[in-house]
Amino acid sequence: MSYNWNWSIFFEPAPGGTGTYFDMLLRGLWLTIQTGVCAWIIALAFGSVIGVLRTLPSKTAYWIGFAYVEFFRNMPLLVQLFLWFFVLPELLPRSWGLWLKQIPDAPFYTAAIGIGLFMSARVAVQLAAGIASLPRGQKQAATALGLTTFQAYRYILLPIAFRIIMPPLTSEFLNTIKNTAVAITIGLIELTGQARSMQEFSFQVFEAFTAATVMYLLINIVVVVGMRFLERSLAIPGYITGK
Amino acid sequence: MIEISHVDKWYGPTFQALKDCTTSVAKGEVVVVCGPSGSGKSTLIKCVNALEPFQGGDIILDGIKVNDPRTDLPKLRARVGMVFQHFELFPHLKIIENLCLAQEKVLGRSHDEAVAKAEKLLDRVGLKEHARKYPAELSGGQQQRVAIARALAMDPIAMLFDEPTSALDPEMISEVLDVMVDLAREGMTMMVVTHEMGFARKVAHRVIFMDRGEIVEDALKEDFFGSPRSDRAQKFLSKILAH
Repeated sequence: MSYNWNWSIFFEPAPGGTGTYFDMLLRGLWLTIQTGVCAWIIALAFGSVIGVLRTLPSKTAYWIGFAYVEFFRNMPLLVQLFLWFFVLPELLPRSWGLWLKQIPDAPFYTAAIGIGLFMSARVAVQLAAGIASLPRGQKQAATALGLTTFQAYRYILLPIAFRIIMPPLTSEFLNTIKNTAVAITIGLIELTGQARSMQEFSFQVFEAFTAATVMYLLINIVVVVGMRFLERSLAIPGYITGK
Repeated sequence: MIEISHVDKWYGPTFQALKDCTTSVAKGEVVVVCGPSGSGKSTLIKCVNALEPFQGGDIILDGIKVNDPRTDLPKLRARVGMVFQHFELFPHLKIIENLCLAQEKVLGRSHDEAVAKAEKLLDRVGLKEHARKYPAELSGGQQQRVAIARALAMDPIAMLFDEPTSALDPEMISEVLDVMVDLAREGMTMMVVTHEMGFARKVAHRVIFMDRGEIVEDALKEDFFGSPRSDRAQKFLSKILAH
């Protein structure tokens, strides 16, 4: 194989007149971060609600949680994005569908929401497991003090359960960021998308994807360190992860 | 104060945990409930503040029917203190916060008011200097005394104890019983599930003996320890008093 290595390619101007190849990758990185963070916020919000539903005594609540989780976790992420992006506008009344197709940045919104909902099913399962792992007496003690179910979750069960599931949640945050790469298929030019354009324009495939890899690694290191810090600062002295 | 009449409870369609239980606790009375494990004594006491639902009979607490669907259960539960076998302090909250949470969220007391009340009660159970620690940093006996203080902080009209010393090391039992004896002598209405016959002799007015979901014996303390009428109570007493 004869490959012409050229690490200075990053500082050469990219076609399109919007700066160097490096600027191009940085723009992709920024979009990856934005998409990942938005998706994670959606995943946490929906995952928390559904996770709680799965632990309530009400049968209806349990079934809603069950159906939601099975719907979002049993379909490949790629298929889900296609459904939201290509199929949903066709299923809606014509005028709504048209409006949906004309939204600027549609790939961004679709990716953030689609990946967010996909990941929320996983967050829900973990949170439900975290709540279920608490001694039954905790809920009883909260109830016996006169707290309502909502208050018991808000002040007692959720604060403890979230601390317990912090390590797997870190993994899910990382997965959310990595999953944004799938959005390339609906036209979101995030980090992987920009690396691919760079490869197509410059033929420097190894440099492009090495840079993308390093950038993914850097974001994820920041997340890991940040979550570790959060975990430590929330640790309960003498309890489970506490020292 | 507590009227229990003809209470039946089933777990599932086949297992009957409580069979036609009828008894009462008058204001200022201390009633000890004992019996072999699985006899339904913990279940009975948890029915009193509706932590466990029951299918037949009625429980009336200070004139309010517990099993009436219109009863505001959180409000009713806030008026009855409960102490659990495994303490069930909230591990993520400092001792003082454990005592303040329900005062503020349920009774609507101001933070300062709640703290003042909490400090007074911690002083009373001899743990004032531990107010800023977390539950896991205290010994079992200390945690249980905090749990009693937490229940008292709600100014309860009655206290329920569910095997409060069963999870404690022997040398810690007396520090918890001392607090309970003081409470009984001050005229608190108490229903206590326990095997501590010394405690029963010292402060109980009546002793209830349960076996297989039934109240087998409901007698004045003197009568119970003098000459229990039922065989089963005699056997039980001879076993636990033999050592």
